[in-house]
Amino acid sequence: MSTEIPSRFADTSSWSYHIGNDYYRELSRQSELLREDWPESTTDELSRATSFLAGEARLVDEGRFNDWLELFTDDCLYWVPVTPGGGEPTVEVSHAFDDRRRLTDRVYWLRTGLAFCQIPASRTRRVIGNVETTVDPSTGDRLVRSNFVVHEFRAGVTKIYPGWYGHVLRSSSDGWRIRLKQVNLLDSDQLHENLTLVF
Amino acid sequence: MTLQHDAVAGRSAAIRPDLRALVRDDRVHRTLYTDPEIFAEEMVKIFGGRSWVYLAHESQLPEPNSFLSVRMGLRPVIVTRDRAGALHTVFNRCSHRGATLCREQSGVAKSFQCPYHGWTFRNTGELVGTPWPQGYGEDFDRGEFGLHKVARTESYRGFVFATLNESAPALTDWLGPATGWLDYWIDRAPGGEVLVRSGAHRMGYRGNWKLAYDNAGDGYHPAFSHRSLLEMASRMGESKDMAYFGRSPDEGPMRTYMLGNGHSVIDQRPNYEGPGSFWANQRPQPGRERVEEYIRAEYGADADRLLDLCVGSQINLSIFPNLLIIGNQIQVVEPLAVDSTQLSWHATSIGGVPPEINTMRMRTQEDFPAFGEPDDQANFEEVQRGLAAPEAEWVFANRGLNVPGWQEVGPDGVVSSTATDELHMRHYYATWLDLMTPGGVR
Repeated sequence: MSTEIPSRFADTSSWSYHIGNDYYRELSRQSELLREDWPESTTDELSRATSFLAGEARLVDEGRFNDWLELFTDDCLYWVPVTPGGGEPTVEVSHAFDDRRRLTDRVYWLRTGLAFCQIPASRTRRVIGNVETTVDPSTGDRLVRSNFVVHEFRAGVTKIYPGWYGHVLRSSSDGWRIRLKQVNLLDSDQLHENLTLVF
Repeated sequence: MTLQHDAVAGRSAAIRPDLRALVRDDRVHRTLYTDPEIFAEEMVKIFGGRSWVYLAHESQLPEPNSFLSVRMGLRPVIVTRDRAGALHTVFNRCSHRGATLCREQSGVAKSFQCPYHGWTFRNTGELVGTPWPQGYGEDFDRGEFGLHKVARTESYRGFVFATLNESAPALTDWLGPATGWLDYWIDRAPGGEVLVRSGAHRMGYRGNWKLAYDNAGDGYHPAFSHRSLLEMASRMGESKDMAYFGRSPDEGPMRTYMLGNGHSVIDQRPNYEGPGSFWANQRPQPGRERVEEYIRAEYGADADRLLDLCVGSQINLSIFPNLLIIGNQIQVVEPLAVDSTQLSWHATSIGGVPPEINTMRMRTQEDFPAFGEPDDQANFEEVQRGLAAPEAEWVFANRGLNVPGWQEVGPDGVVSSTATDELHMRHYYATWLDLMTPGGVR
């Protein structure tokens, strides 16, 4: 499914050779799968998926962004579309369309201590529910869908962001790694102030 | 007498200080950013009553009977294309009892029916009918009950402006030398085909709208306000993208030009050298290596031109009061309240290029809204917070004022200066004052 990456571009935190037409096609396929009806999953599958989401959420809420970054695969995408549900990223902009390199940039940027929009930093705490899970029949990847409510406090103001996550998780020797995290804000196409918190 | 006294005590319009005392050669008064009465007056006069206001790009109204629901200041308006293709702007306000007629952002409609009592209007504003017309007397003249029409709606090469002022100058006269800069921006696209077809980044901040306008022409702030972005760019070594703002920008080749009527532009292009230079100096975006390999293999000698089109225009063009052309984006300043503003960043695609170029443009146009603009907006909010102190009355725009050798007049009469000169603020505030005070100072 993925194109051979020339060795000089192998480090995806510095190079982005793998984002081509085939990548966008695969993203579109995954994104559609994440919106389909799924068969009921077993308690065990649900419980594993739920605890993965809770663990990821804790890293973000505690500002452990370097640890969070390590949860992602080399060919990952952290995606916050503007168009509700995702839209068509080849012709539309997103709030975040972070491949490994841009996600590394984002974490680096948050940690520069110079991003005034994050001084003081956002305090966040999120609740995740309505978890569903299934397997991508063509790749064997674990698909997880959930609803979230992110509460943010920053600079004297509390804000609430509801929406749903779609996760595509790939098995590794170290447990699951995030191949795709699609963040669907309820009001993604509407006015937002300082959307620099991590979802 | 301190000007502040009246504002602190509360005042009636009759004793409001003369606006001419609030806009001086080197400074403006804080109340221009904090006073709800001044804001209310701006929304009437500057946002449509006297001035032209940017409303839409024609690509958002692609076919006969297209409509787009926007604001003209605080007025809800609908920009429409009639069946013959002509543009109109009508108030989105039923002439009967005041409800908005159109509650969708865009679409295609020959007529609008008010959801409240069913009055129906053509997309050009005429009242077509009222339910059970026998309830109105025989002297009821439908011609008197059309939607409120905005007097003039004109397009300059796809950029749609409107004004309520019948006697406003022609749009091209109002734009003046800004048309040449718009032409450059439009003509970067093959055939001049610019398309707004993506959802917009609708960013909001808790501050006055002019803080965004002050900032758009400001070559002084990037080295400081955008330190996080410049620092991030150095993660992978040398990056020239925007770094020229950090290195003694006054000694570099960048210039800012005053284009009349409050319009101005910063030209960053002299920092670049020839075809391929925009692309070569861009901070890398997702897919960069693949698209470069593909375009060079397929398009050979033409590759540099195409790849440069993935990158912004390297001009910041500000058209008073609400249109900011930054990079490849069309940014619209939408005031919501004296201390609340929406900035809509409309990403653009272009015709006549391979689809990969437009995809790369999308990735490029995500970068600054994510890592640059939020720091500016955080600073705008902190300015608004700082301006709450009534005793500190003034906001200064005096950088470059009376500095020998900075400003010069070009052969076309356009005044230019070094990019950190706050001349753009002094320049637009003169227009602001003219529009706010009949028979003003000029």
